Amino acid sequence: MKWIAAVLFTAMLVLLPSFAGDFYINLASQILIAAVFALSLNLLVGFGGMTSLGHASFLGVAAYISALLTSRYGFAHGPAAIVSIAGTTAMAAVFGVIALRASGLGFLMITLALSQVLWGLAYRMSNVTNGDNGIAGLTRPMPFGASLDSAASFYWFALAVAAVAFLMMTTFVSSSFGSSLKGVRDQPRRMAALGFNPWMIRWIAFIYAGFWGGVSGLLYVYYNKYIHPTSLSTTSSAEALLGVIAGGSGTLGGPIVGAALVLLLKNYASAYVERWNMLLGLVFLFIVLVMPTGIVPGLNKLQNRRRRSQ
Amino acid sequence: MTSSGSAFALEISHLKKSFGGLVVTQDVSLAIRPGERRLIIGPNGAGKTTLFNQITGDLRPTSGEVRLFGADITQLAPYQRAHLGLSRTYQIIALFDHDTLEHNVTLGLLGLRPSRWQMWRPLSHYRDLSTEARRILDAVGLLHLAGQLVSDIAYGEKRRVELAMALAQNPRVLLLDEPLAGLSNAERATVKQLIAAIPRETAIVMIEHDMDTALDLAETVTLLNYGRVIVDGERDCVVADQRTREVYLGV
Amino acid sequence: MQFWIIQGLNSLSLGGLLFLLSSGFSLIFGLMRLANLTHGAFFMLGTYFGATAMRAYSDLSIWAVAFGAGVAVAAIGGLFERLVLTRLKTNPLGQVLVTLGMSFIISDACLMLWGGDSIPVPTPPNLRSPTRLFGLVFPTYRLVLVGCAVAAAMLLYLLLERTRLGAMIRAGVDDGPMARAVGIPVSNLFTIVFCLGAGIAGAGGVLGGPILSAYPGLDGDMLPLALIVVILGGIGSLLGAFIGSFIVGFIYTFGTALFPELAYIILFLPMILVLAFRPQGLLGRLGT
Repeated sequence: MKWIAAVLFTAMLVLLPSFAGDFYINLASQILIAAVFALSLNLLVGFGGMTSLGHASFLGVAAYISALLTSRYGFAHGPAAIVSIAGTTAMAAVFGVIALRASGLGFLMITLALSQVLWGLAYRMSNVTNGDNGIAGLTRPMPFGASLDSAASFYWFALAVAAVAFLMMTTFVSSSFGSSLKGVRDQPRRMAALGFNPWMIRWIAFIYAGFWGGVSGLLYVYYNKYIHPTSLSTTSSAEALLGVIAGGSGTLGGPIVGAALVLLLKNYASAYVERWNMLLGLVFLFIVLVMPTGIVPGLNKLQNRRRRSQ
Repeated sequence: MTSSGSAFALEISHLKKSFGGLVVTQDVSLAIRPGERRLIIGPNGAGKTTLFNQITGDLRPTSGEVRLFGADITQLAPYQRAHLGLSRTYQIIALFDHDTLEHNVTLGLLGLRPSRWQMWRPLSHYRDLSTEARRILDAVGLLHLAGQLVSDIAYGEKRRVELAMALAQNPRVLLLDEPLAGLSNAERATVKQLIAAIPRETAIVMIEHDMDTALDLAETVTLLNYGRVIVDGERDCVVADQRTREVYLGV
Repeated sequence: MQFWIIQGLNSLSLGGLLFLLSSGFSLIFGLMRLANLTHGAFFMLGTYFGATAMRAYSDLSIWAVAFGAGVAVAAIGGLFERLVLTRLKTNPLGQVLVTLGMSFIISDACLMLWGGDSIPVPTPPNLRSPTRLFGLVFPTYRLVLVGCAVAAAMLLYLLLERTRLGAMIRAGVDDGPMARAVGIPVSNLFTIVFCLGAGIAGAGGVLGGPILSAYPGLDGDMLPLALIVVILGGIGSLLGAFIGSFIVGFIYTFGTALFPELAYIILFLPMILVLAFRPQGLLGRLGT
């Protein structure tokens, strides 16, 4: 039964452009990008037990590197993407060493501080980053010569990348390393007594999360053909965190649902409500107070209750 | 009971631990031979668990040395000591509540294997780990609960899972921190049987604050009070010692 | 030479403002183990209140406005604490997230009520004429701010060291569970301290108006500074907040004047270094 649902769902995803208009296809692309970003954050938050308020750093840095290399230094997209991801991953390694000096709230504050530093740099070093104007007029890559300029073609590109990301993260989470990461989340002292190196496990997870954050950053800058310091802001990190928590941080599906929710709210709300930030804040309050474990676990519980009563 | 020679499984030399002005461990020296069964007793607050924590590396001693089979491990992190053959159970149960018993024991097996770093294959694909974990659960009489979550089993059964996880590491020195605490008489008998059945390759150091419960498992006994070693030697000698009576009766 | 003196005074006055901002943050952090990410918004709310009041009634005493705004912001903080924060006692992460959410709500509300333009706040007329000291000319208001900070520090010191309430607060900061065990009404204390912290921030916002102006984003500019002050100075320590405020005031003022592009790095680097190399000293009370 589950297989049929999965096949139908996949078919629907692949065939979306054939029955939906450009607006919805683009919305779906944005959801995919947000989903990859949220999934990468969830590796830290849900599976690693490390709550970060600076994840936008990885998205933003990858995006900016790609933007600068292609628009200003004449790089082709392929090499630019490689440098961008390599750079972001290296940055994640460095940030991880600093942030993992603390845990819990201290970790949160360090990640917040680090991303603020990057935001400040992006904002103020105008001769490099164009400051508040952002970098516009960017192009999308042409994998194997195919253009990604149409809504449908970009959507399929994003879908392919997101599918790979999802599969790799699923594998990661159920692997022995993934199990040791979850173990360190739950009982770090016990894990150390069993022979696991908690710091190394957390650091590697941090780097991996940064890697995928960078991938989402590339998708982001390709889609928008524009990058602005806001993408590095705390609000951007907070939106991703909200998506992860709202959807359910202990699961793989949760962040996708949560990211979609946040994005849809953002897009639709801004048509009716001018004050998106206020709405975001209220949603934060609502989720934390009413549904602290998130939507997907909440739905699972409902499903289990129904099964038991049958 | 002191003997010269470096053939000790675990050797603690002049260990001292102080927190600011409070000295919790005072000049403690112990020597445990391979395969020995040592019981560490003492009233609450004597510093027994603190001593364990310094042996495992969870606490750094203020001064003194810890040696495992001759190697100085005083500065090593806890996970490094596990790889040298040290294993422990906890006074307050520290299991993975939301996972199955089999998964808990599997983690105990995984900690010392290189495959713990592997990120591409699902853990469930490692058949040998699963078989071994189930064998260990069977050895402690919990195979029938292998698929249950730890949060759903009884306290006595959790104590046996703790033991199973520690034994999964095939330790050369096993530290048991109050393994019989909170157990009913029947459960206690079961756990004691399991401890008695541990092979001689493993030296066991056990903490209990109630002297009588674990006495028959011990060959040698160390009595701690206020962070100091008061009496140390063969079981019957320590039991008969006047100082032991003083500590426990407060005379 | 003039440059250094001017920047020096600016540093001192910014330090004074930062103390008004971060003393509350530090108390809340120390007692409630809560990183109150709403604190910048509380400050900004005060600045906006002050801007409206001072522009509408130019003969109002800035002290009265500061007091009034402090009370108003304290009330808002108290409601938030009672209605939202108390429900999240077992969820420290959730507490941080709702303070973040609350900061979004407040900052957007300010945007809605006061618009997107920066609102300059007039310096109180009786403090406009410059002061002459040692043959140099200083803007009076900035000197006054330093005095305010010192006065506030002394008042807070008296409160904490000489009153029963202060003793209870200190007990709660040192050992929360123990304090509860001896009968100290810790949850009421939480509300009082949260209101106090928010109120001081609000009052500080009013006093900061003539120097900073009221503008959207003020909360985002001030909150990181409060974070840095508290990390450098130590959580829950009034003296630490006092010293830290002036250190940060100097770093920020001279940093922005001399290396504007690197301002954020200069500002955050000490904090990151402290967190990275002395986490146990400052954060030993957090988490475990």
